[in-house]
Amino acid sequence: MLIDWFTVAAQVINFLILVWLLKRFLYKPILDAIDAREKRIAKELADADAKKAEAQQERDEFQHKNEAFEQQRAALMNKATEEAKTERLRLLDEARQAADALSAKRQETLRNDAHNLNQAISRRAQQEVFAIARKALTELAGTSLEERMGKVFIHRLRALDAPAKAGLAVALQSAQSASDPARVRSAFDLPEEQRAAIQNALNETFSAEIHVRFETAPDLVSGIELTTNGQKVAWSIADYLLSLERGVDELLKEKGKPEVKAEPKTEQSTNENRS
Amino acid sequence: MRLSPDEMIFWQYGFFKLNATIVFSWGVMLVLAVGSKLITRRLSMELERSRWQNLLEVVVTAIEKQIEEVGLSQPRKYLGFLGTLFLFVAMAALCTVIPGYQPPTGSLSTTAALALCVFVAVPLFGMEQRGLGAYLASYTKPAFIMLPFNIISEISRTLALAIRLFGNMMSGAMIIGILLSITPFIFPIVMTVLGLLTGMVQAYIFFILATVYIAAATRVRKPKPEPDAEPNP
Repeated sequence: MLIDWFTVAAQVINFLILVWLLKRFLYKPILDAIDAREKRIAKELADADAKKAEAQQERDEFQHKNEAFEQQRAALMNKATEEAKTERLRLLDEARQAADALSAKRQETLRNDAHNLNQAISRRAQQEVFAIARKALTELAGTSLEERMGKVFIHRLRALDAPAKAGLAVALQSAQSASDPARVRSAFDLPEEQRAAIQNALNETFSAEIHVRFETAPDLVSGIELTTNGQKVAWSIADYLLSLERGVDELLKEKGKPEVKAEPKTEQSTNENRS
Repeated sequence: MRLSPDEMIFWQYGFFKLNATIVFSWGVMLVLAVGSKLITRRLSMELERSRWQNLLEVVVTAIEKQIEEVGLSQPRKYLGFLGTLFLFVAMAALCTVIPGYQPPTGSLSTTAALALCVFVAVPLFGMEQRGLGAYLASYTKPAFIMLPFNIISEISRTLALAIRLFGNMMSGAMIIGILLSITPFIFPIVMTVLGLLTGMVQAYIFFILATVYIAAATRVRKPKPEPDAEPNP
């Protein structure tokens, strides 16, 4: 008989014992270990996920902040640029005004200079004319300039044309009647003989006794003039000087014009370039 | 020549006796239990673990997975019984490399004991899962007339389980014994290697058949008649 029933029973018991032993020592601990490990791994993965989410959130936050910062920076930059622009415009304006003022001042100075020069030239020319005339008259005629001046005045008086003479005569007469004598003004004191000569010439010209008062007027440059009741006969170097002055004036204007005009023009162009 | 290690009796007292089958079974049990105890004594719950622990984990998870693949949705419940079947039969076959050892599975008594365990366990698991009435009613499916055939099939497949394992293991040991007496060199080694392979295959077959029986008995939805004919290797 191949089957021994005692052995069968023993083996059944043995097998059941083995089942218990292996359950106790093999399956349970091994499965527990695997479960624990799996749990741990799951936990770690969950942790990693959580960390990832956190990192993502932090990254988002940081990005947000960054964007806000960028915007703020851009706004500040814009503001600063605007302010700088305004400031620049203001400074430019100021500079322009200053430049304008300066140029006006300069023009003024230039004008003053021209005026002064003009006056100096006229004074000098006057003096020169006096000197030349005096010298020339002295050397040529042996007589003083004043003498000659008186003669010229007399000559002019005599050479008056008819309407002028008539007008003057009327004026003289009305002056005489108003007991307001005609005035002969001269830049210098006339010598007696010259006064006499002028008196004579007047008397001869108007064929009447003319009362004349002689006055010295230094502002008359140099010359003689007869004024009465609004009428006037005169000769003075001032006449010649006037034409000379005109000539000099024109010369100065020609010289001064481009200088005065050119400056604001350049200023303007530089301003335009800057803006 | 002995056909079974049952015949090698070390000690006897009336009905009780201590034969080679029981002794070698104890040996195998000792190896399994002590080995497991030694290895699982210092189990690591961490990611790093010892090679032995790794081996046991591989074995246990492989068995668990196999049970699940057959169709048992809660493999851990059956792991103790089915896993022990496999490990015992496999270890009994593996130990044939030890000279002088005779596999306890080469005794019909042992295989009959294991088959009996399966024979008892299947209805127990089935009743536990489906309830007594439902389980018993499954014997009358698809028709009441099938009841005797179902019962016969239950008994016959248990017999087949026992005899298949016994035949294979015994024949392996016999062939080696015969070859040793004819050609003492080389060939017995080759046959031992072949015997190892056969032993592993038998362990797998025994285990998978028991699993299939339990799966069939515990299946609720589609009660199918259990397979009458089993593949005979």
